[in-house]
Amino acid sequence: MRTDPIILTAAFGYLALLFLVAAWGDRRAEAGRTVIGSPTVYALSIAVYCTAWTFYGSVGRAAEHGPSFLLIYLGPTLAMLTAPFLLRKMVRIAARERITSIADFISARYGKSTGLGALVALMALITITPYIALQLKAITVSHAILINYPDSADTTLTNESFWMDKSFWVALVLAVFIILFGTRHLDASERHEGMVAAIALESLVKLAAFLAVGLFVVFGLFAGPGDLFRQVALTPELSDLMSLESVPGGVTGWVGMLVLAFLAFITLPRQFQVLVVENVDERHLKRASWLFPLYMLLINLFVIPIALAGLLLGEAAGNPDSFVLTLPLLAGTEALPVFVFIGGLSAATGMVIVETIALSTMVSNQLVMPLLLRLKHLHVSYQGRLAGWLLGIRRISILLILLLGYLYHALIGDSYSLVTIGLVSFAGAAQLAPALLLGLYWRGATRQGATLGLIAGFAVWGYTLLLPGFAQSGWLSATLLSDGPWGIGWLTPYALFGLNGWDIYTHSLLWSMLANVGLLVGVSLFTRPTPLEQTQAALFTQALHPNLQTTSLWRGQTTQGELSELLKRYLGAAATKRVFANAPHHDDATDEPASTELITRAEQALAGSLGSASARVLINSVVRGEALDLESILSILDTTSQTLEYNRELEQKSQELARIGEELRAANERLRELDRLKDEFVAMVSHELRTPLTSIRAFAEILRDGNEMPDEKRQHFLGVIVHESQRLSRLIEEILDLARLESGRLTLNPETLDLAELARHSVDAISRLQENRGVALEVTLDAEPAMIVGDSDRLEQVIINLLDNAGKFADRDNPQVLLRLYKHKKHFRLSVEDNGPGISAEERERVFEKFHQIEQSSDSATRGRPKGSGLGLPISRGIVAHLGGRLWADEGTTLGGACLIMELPNAPETERD
Amino acid sequence: MANVLVVDDEPNIVLSLEFLMEQAGFQVTTAEDGEQALESVKNAQPDLILLDISLPGISGFDVLEQLRGQPDTASLPIIMLTAHGREVEREKGMALGADDYITKPFSTQTLVEKVKALLNGASS
Repeated sequence: MRTDPIILTAAFGYLALLFLVAAWGDRRAEAGRTVIGSPTVYALSIAVYCTAWTFYGSVGRAAEHGPSFLLIYLGPTLAMLTAPFLLRKMVRIAARERITSIADFISARYGKSTGLGALVALMALITITPYIALQLKAITVSHAILINYPDSADTTLTNESFWMDKSFWVALVLAVFIILFGTRHLDASERHEGMVAAIALESLVKLAAFLAVGLFVVFGLFAGPGDLFRQVALTPELSDLMSLESVPGGVTGWVGMLVLAFLAFITLPRQFQVLVVENVDERHLKRASWLFPLYMLLINLFVIPIALAGLLLGEAAGNPDSFVLTLPLLAGTEALPVFVFIGGLSAATGMVIVETIALSTMVSNQLVMPLLLRLKHLHVSYQGRLAGWLLGIRRISILLILLLGYLYHALIGDSYSLVTIGLVSFAGAAQLAPALLLGLYWRGATRQGATLGLIAGFAVWGYTLLLPGFAQSGWLSATLLSDGPWGIGWLTPYALFGLNGWDIYTHSLLWSMLANVGLLVGVSLFTRPTPLEQTQAALFTQALHPNLQTTSLWRGQTTQGELSELLKRYLGAAATKRVFANAPHHDDATDEPASTELITRAEQALAGSLGSASARVLINSVVRGEALDLESILSILDTTSQTLEYNRELEQKSQELARIGEELRAANERLRELDRLKDEFVAMVSHELRTPLTSIRAFAEILRDGNEMPDEKRQHFLGVIVHESQRLSRLIEEILDLARLESGRLTLNPETLDLAELARHSVDAISRLQENRGVALEVTLDAEPAMIVGDSDRLEQVIINLLDNAGKFADRDNPQVLLRLYKHKKHFRLSVEDNGPGISAEERERVFEKFHQIEQSSDSATRGRPKGSGLGLPISRGIVAHLGGRLWADEGTTLGGACLIMELPNAPETERD
Repeated sequence: MANVLVVDDEPNIVLSLEFLMEQAGFQVTTAEDGEQALESVKNAQPDLILLDISLPGISGFDVLEQLRGQPDTASLPIIMLTAHGREVEREKGMALGADDYITKPFSTQTLVEKVKALLNGASS
C-alpha cells in the first residue's frame, strides 16, 4: 500500500477533491448562493492556523518541552475573546474600506501610505517564506518516511540536484494549484469563497486524521489512557516532562509564548486573510469565538498521549516530529499512515494556499502596482488591459513566493525543527501588531512612528532570531552566537544586553517589542500626521461609531464619465457597471458630475482589487480636490450625532411650539375677549357718563333759555344739576378706583382694626339715608372685637355700599336689612341681608360684573328703584380681595332676600391670643 | 294740542323733557320703561314719542319694533334717544323705522325743533 503510485494518486486525488470543492464554492458564489455564509465554515477556515507544524510539530514539541505547546493554542483562544470589540472592529473596517490584506490594512490606517504598505508586504514576505518552507519540508519528509519506513527517511531526502528534490516539485504543483483556484477571477476580487470552502474541508480532514491517530495510539497500541499513563508513571523522566516546569524560560517563557501566539494569530497574513478579509458577516465572529477554540482543544487532545507513547516505544519511533506517522507504521497498519499523510498534507496545503494567496495579493498590490502606477504612461496607454495585468502579476507572485519557500527550505531549512521555524515566523509577524493594534485605538499614531517602529522591531527580530538561524546553518560564523559580533558579549543575539536565561523567543519578543512600540509611540508624539492620515486615523479608531457608514469622504470633483473610464481600465466593464448601478445617470459617457458617494464607492471598488494606497492614487488622478481633512471628518461625525440630538430636540421643540401655539391661541382668544370687554367697558362708561351729563346740560339750557320761571322751579332744576354733577364725580371716582384695582395700583393702608367697630361706624354713616327710605336696619355683632388687617376707609366704603344696595333691593313696603358679624373658623364674616326678591343662583356671580344692573322684573315691586352705577360691587370685591378676603352673594337665611357676605382673615395678633 | 309721550328710566331726564315739551306747547305723558310706554300708547294716543333705548325690561328697540308692527302706530313719529354713541345703534334704530335719532346729551333747542318739524310734517 505504501508504494509511490498509490500515495501520489491519493495526494493528487485529494488535491483534485479540494479543487472541485473550491470550484463548486466559487460557482455557488457567482450564482449568489454562497456556501461560506455559515459561521461554522468561517470558524473552520480560521483553523488554517493549525498547519503541518501543529499536525507533526506539536507532538515533537510536547516530547521535548512538555505541555508548553499548548500556549501556541491558548494565545488564539485569548484572541478570540476579543471578537466582540477588536476583531469586530477590524472586520468592520476591512469590509468598509475593502481591505485586501494586512499590509493594505496598515497602509490604509496610516494615510493610505504606499511606502508603509510596501514595507509591511516586504516584512511579511521575509517572515513567512520560512514558514512556507516548513510546510514544504513537512510534506516531503512525511512522504519520505511513509515510503522508506522502517529505513531512515534521509536516504531519499539527500539529493544532488534540485530536480531530484521532491520539495521542488511539491512547490511547483502547489503553485499551479493555487494559481488555478486563487486567481480565477478576472475582476480580481479579493474574496475567495471557493478557497474558504476548501480550507474548511481541509480543517475537517486534518482533525479527523489526527483524532484517528490519537485514538489508534491510545486504544490500539495501549489499552486505553489508563494503561498509557500507568506505563508513563513507571518512567520518572517522562512524568517529569509533562510537568509545567518543563516549559523553556520558566514563567517568562509562559507569558512570552502566550503573548507571541496571541499577536501572531492576528497578524499572520493567512490568519488576517481568513479572519478579516474573507469574513462575509460580522456576526459569524460570535460562533467562531467558541467553535474555533473548541477545534483547537480537539486537535490537541491526543498530542501528549502520542508524544508519551512515542517516547515509551523509544528508538523504533524515530524523530518525535514524525511520531504521528511512525507510530501507526510501527504497528504495521497500512491504511492509517496514508490517511495521516493526507491529514498532514491538508494541514500543509491549507496553510500554503492561504498564505501564498495573501502574500501574492500584498506583492501585487503593495509592491508591484505602486511601481507600475509611477510609470504614468502605463496606465494611460494600456487601456482596458490592466485588470488582466493584475492577475498576471498575482500568478507570477505566487510562483515566486513558493520558489522562495523552496529555496529557503533547500538552503537553510534542515537545521531547524518544525516548531523553531514556526516560532521564528510568529515573532516576525508579531512585529506588525503594534502598528495594527495601536493604530486601531490611538488616533495619535503616525505613519512615521509606525514605519520606524516596524523597521526597528523587524531589525531586532532579524538579529535575535533570523540571523542565528543562518549561523546555525553554517552561513555565518557560529561564534556569533557564543561570543557576539566581533566578540562584543552584550550584543550576543540570544542574550542581548546580557539578558540571559530567557527562551530565545521571549527574549526576542521583549527587545523587538520594546524597540517597535517605543519608536511607534515616541516618534508619533513628535510628528504631525498629514490631513489624510488624520482622516484615516479617525475612520479606523472610530470604526464602530454607529454613524460612520453614511459618511462620504470625497470633496473633490470629477465627472461620471472620467470615473467610469478609470474603473473600466482597472476592474473591467462588469465591475464598473456594479459600481455605477446606483448612479443617477447610467450613461457612462455622461458629463454629469460624480457624487461624493459615487467617488467613494469607486475608490472602494478599486481598493478591493488594488489596495487602498493605489486606489487613492488612481482616484486622485481623476478627481480635482481632495479628501476631507480630519476636522471635517470629526465635524461630520460630531454633526451626525448632533443631528440625531437635534432631531430629538426639534421634536421636543415642535411639541413645545404646538403647545405654545395653543397657549398663544388661547391667550389671543383671551385678549380678544379682554378687548371686547374693554370696548364694552368704554361704551358702558360713556353711557354712564352721558346720563347725568344729559340732565345737567338739559337743565342748564332750560335755565339759560327760560326767562319766565318760578323761583321754586328754578331752585329745583339747579338742585338737579348739582345732584347730577355729584353723581358724575362719584362715577368718575369709581371708575378710577376700578382702574387702580385692576392694574394693582390701588393704594391701601392696611392696619389692624376691629371690624365690629368699623361696622358700627358704617351703620351710623348710612342710618340717616336708611331712615329716609324707611329701611329697618338691624345689627347683630356676634364677634367683638373682630380684629382684622385692613384699610378702614376702603372697608367702610365696602360696608356702606353693601348696606346701600340692600336698602335699594329690600322689600319696598316693609324694607328690612340685617347686618351680622360673626366668626367662621379663622375668619370673620360680615353679611348684609335684605328681605327683597333675592338674587337668582345664576345671577349671583354676574352681579360682580362691571356695570351689571340687576335685571329688574317688570312687576311694580322693583319699578322705579334708585339705580347705581353698577360699579359698587365689582369695586368692593376688588378691595376685599386685595385685603386677602372674599366677597360673594348668597341666599339670605334670615330675611329670605339677597345676602352679600364679606369674609376677612383673622389678624395675626388675635391668633396669638 | 299735540300729545308727546316721553319714555326714559332716568327721572331727571324725564323731568327735563317734560318741561321742554310743555314749554313748546305740547301735552306730555311719561313712562319709565317699555311696558309702561306700550300701555301709554294705547291709553294716551300720543302724536309723537321720545323713546330712550336703554330701558329696563323691554328695550326701546323692542318697543319701536312692536309699534311699527301695529297698523295704527306704523307711521307714528318716533324719535330715539340714546346715551350710546355708537353708529351701529343709530343704524339699527333707523332700520327699525325710527324717524329720528338723538344722542344724549342733546341740545334742547335742536330737540324741540325736531319734534316740532315732525309734528308739523305729520299733521299736514
